[in-house]
Formats: sequence, structure tokens, C-alpha cells
Amino acid sequence: MQCQKCDKPATFHITDLVDGEPKEVHLCEVCAKDFLSPLAEEADQVVPEMAGLLAQQLAIGQTAEELAELDQRVCPVCGISFLEFRKQGRLGCPHDYVHFAKELEPLLVNIHGETQHVGKTPARGGGNAEQQTQLIRLRREMKEAVAKEEYERASELRDEIKEIEGAS
Amino acid sequence: MPLDLESMANHCGEWLRASGPESDIVISSRVRLARNLTDFPFIARTTEADREQIEQILHARIDALRAAGKLPSAKPENELHYVDVGGLEEVDRQFLVERQLISREHADADGARAVVIDGGERFSVMINEEDHLRIQVMHSGLDLEAAWKEINEIDDLLEEQVTYAWNDRLGYLTACPTNVGTGIRVSVMLHLPALVITRQIDKVFRSLQKINLAVRGLYGEGSQAMGDFYQISNQVTLGMTEEELLAKVADVVPVLLEYERQARDFLIKESQETLHDRVSRAFGILRTAQTISSEETLHLLSSVRMGVNLGLIGDVEIPTVNKLFVHTQPAHLQKLAGMELDQSDRNIERASYLRRHLNAGKAEPGDN
Repeated sequence: MQCQKCDKPATFHITDLVDGEPKEVHLCEVCAKDFLSPLAEEADQVVPEMAGLLAQQLAIGQTAEELAELDQRVCPVCGISFLEFRKQGRLGCPHDYVHFAKELEPLLVNIHGETQHVGKTPARGGGNAEQQTQLIRLRREMKEAVAKEEYERASELRDEIKEIEGAS
Repeated sequence: MPLDLESMANHCGEWLRASGPESDIVISSRVRLARNLTDFPFIARTTEADREQIEQILHARIDALRAAGKLPSAKPENELHYVDVGGLEEVDRQFLVERQLISREHADADGARAVVIDGGERFSVMINEEDHLRIQVMHSGLDLEAAWKEINEIDDLLEEQVTYAWNDRLGYLTACPTNVGTGIRVSVMLHLPALVITRQIDKVFRSLQKINLAVRGLYGEGSQAMGDFYQISNQVTLGMTEEELLAKVADVVPVLLEYERQARDFLIKESQETLHDRVSRAFGILRTAQTISSEETLHLLSSVRMGVNLGLIGDVEIPTVNKLFVHTQPAHLQKLAGMELDQSDRNIERASYLRRHLNAGKAEPGDN
């Protein structure tokens, strides 16, 4: 297969997202490098750097269909989709590291070369993780209930939040 | 205690005083930690009310630590200042960026956010930046271990007060996966003019990138290196201990110092006249210009700084030159002048400021 931008053979087969739609791009090594590196005017932002890394990672072995499916996955705690994460380069809550563990693993290997923390450990541990993710989820649901003017539901959720906060 | 930015503009942070080891080449050593509170979403998914609550919680906890006299730098003469960044004017936010106390991202963000700064400007804590907490400690010269010791103590103290987002496998959880694990960024700011003049700097960069170290310009993230200042920092934050990451950055510094000093020796030996001429011309322009841009100032100050270190210029001290790098930035000039200035007025004010500080003790016609 020939590179889409020059006459050399295409060795990189990249799945790019154009307005949220996956599109396959076939490029030679030189053109792929240009394609994956952020534009000069964007170079002072971290986000495109992340997007670049993600693009490199997702370029390996994933089809457009697989990618589209992956992007639909949503964290039940903070409500962020994998697509939103890919677009902004920032995760939505601590639980994303659990919910998207499989998807994040190759990215972590790409960035850090490792997937296991070996440094400092907080003396008090991470607290009650389950309770905390529940709090984040309940607060989000309460906000959504208020937005939908479901005030009865919102007040139930508020009581539930207060109960958890009081117990901790 | 609120911060008086006008009076702060007249002073400079301890890290600029060139008092630390190797401070002819190493400007500063900085360590920062990224931390998040466990029971809130990361910043990208927070509501305005969440951000206000996070700020209130952290403000109260830091205040309690200060009141108990526990924070290491919080001596009476080093009063802690709490700055409501969201409530500041643009020029004041820019001032804190130039001072390296907050990031550009923090300055430009929306909603409730703050920074806690100690009087000596050795440490600052950004609240609601990319992560809920960004703790930073900055020392003059090559002093990474002391900076790490200090930040680690502050982190321990805060950890007693709040619960951090944490996972047994991945360590400290951060909004961006590039910081997960230790959440640590260790960096040194180096002044490498001779490596730039002898065109060896690209080679140095390539070798640093090969060992996974990031190289950036003076004002952080992706910015162009200005005035031959380069910031070297770790890229990896997961799978290595804080001490290992510290050593990774610290180990490369003596090598870079050696290269820079060799390049300076070479310039002195092979083209002393050219070098002396370059330094003297730079000094001359800075002492006499009537209007000058920020970019040209950085460029010329870099030559002057090297000239002072090599003994080619006698009547100016390195701390003064260091201070001028920061104080001739746009927001500093406006704070010092006590008024808003457009670009052309800033260029005039900058030239006047440089003349006043580089002609100390010498009568200068036309300057008051």
C-alpha cells in the first residue's frame, strides 16, 4: 500500500478520529511522524501531546470498529466516556483508573514503561475507596436530577450523600 | 494574610539569589507533587460548587497547619499568603506566572482556584490546577535533595489532613495519566549559553530524550527556550521511586555542567575577542537602550550573565542579572510602574528599568 501523502510505501496504519468518526489513514514513517506530532501552534498545550500518545497507542492493532466501540464506554461514577477522555486527555475521576483499566494499560506502558507504582505510600492509605466513588456518583446523579427538575429524587440523593458523609 | 503584589514585585524569590550550589549554571531546582482528594471528581468533571468546596477544604486544612506552626517554611518572617487566583486581574495572574508560582494553565482556568505562597517564595501550593493540589518547592542552584525533603514533609502533613486519591497498584491517581504513580516532577533550570553558541545543544537534547528526560524552555510546557535557559525534568512518574526519579535528573546535571564549562573554555581559548565583544555589546545595549523588547532583553541578558561568570564583566552581580530576567517581564514591569502599560510603553519602561539597574553608581545622562 502506498502512503497517502507521498509515494513511499505505507508502513503505518492509523485510526484517526475526525469529528468523533473513526477514519483509517495509511502513511509512510516520515509522514506518520508529522501526522502524529502536534501542530506548532498547539505545541504549548499538553492535551495534543496526550492525544498524540493515544493516537500512537491506538494505531497499533485496533480497527475502526473496535475503536468506535471503545469510545462509547462510560464510567458509571463520573459519567465520562472514553471518547471524551481521548479528546481532552484528562480523566474524570479516580475510578476511571479502575473502569478503563484495560484501555489505559497500553497507554501507561507507552508513557512510563511500567504499570506498577513502587514509590511513596500515604500513611493513612487511600481511605474507603468504594465509599468515595459512591459519593462522586451520588453527587453527579443529584446534579442531573436537579437539571431535570426531579427535585424529589434530588432530595433523596442529598440525604444519601449526607448519610455517607456523616458516617466517614 | 493576603498578598501585596506591589511590594512583592520589588523583592525577588529566594531561588533567584544564586546562593545554591553550581548557581553559575544551575538557576533553580524544583520538585512538584500532583495530588487529588479522593471524594471529588478530577477537575475536568467538577462543577463550580465542587471546586469551591475543594478550595474551602484545602484552604482550611493549610491554615490549620500554618496556625500549628507545622509547615516548614512558615516562620513568622515567612508568613504564608493565600491568593484567590480566580479573583485576580489578568496582569496579577500573569505576574504570578512570571514569578513561577503558578502555571499558565492555572492562570487561564475558570472558577474557584487559589495558590498558597510562603513569604520566601520557596514553596507554593496551587489549588484546582489540573489536579486538586499541585505542591511545588523551588531552591536556588542544584539542591534537589533538600527540595525533595522539604516537599515530602509538606506532603506528609497534608496527608494527615485529607485523603488523597490512591490505588495500591497505580499509586497517587492524577487527572492525566502522564503524572500517575508518584505524581512527582523533578526539574532543574540550566543556563547553557556556550552550548547554544557552539551548536552542541541539539546533540545534548537528543541524548537527554533518549534517557527519557524532558527538555523545555524558560516558561515551562512546550515554550521556546528563551535566553538560553532550559528546564530538564523526568518524564516517567510510575514504576520508579521518588528517590530514583530524583537521581535520574540529578545524575545528568554534572555531565551537562561539564559540557557547558568545556564549551565556555573552548570559546575563551579559541575566540576570546569575539566572545568578549559579544558580551560587551550585549551589556552596552542593555545599559543604553531607550526601548527594548522582552525577547531581545532575554537574549542579551543571557550573554551578560555568561560574561559575568567568565569574569569578562566586573560591575554587575549574578543575583542582579537573575532578578532582571524576571523583573523585565511584562506583568512585573506593570506592577513596578504601578500602572497598565501597552507593549510600546512596556518597551520604554523596560529599557529604563535596565538602565537604572545596570548603571548603578554611574551618572547616566537623561535618566532620573
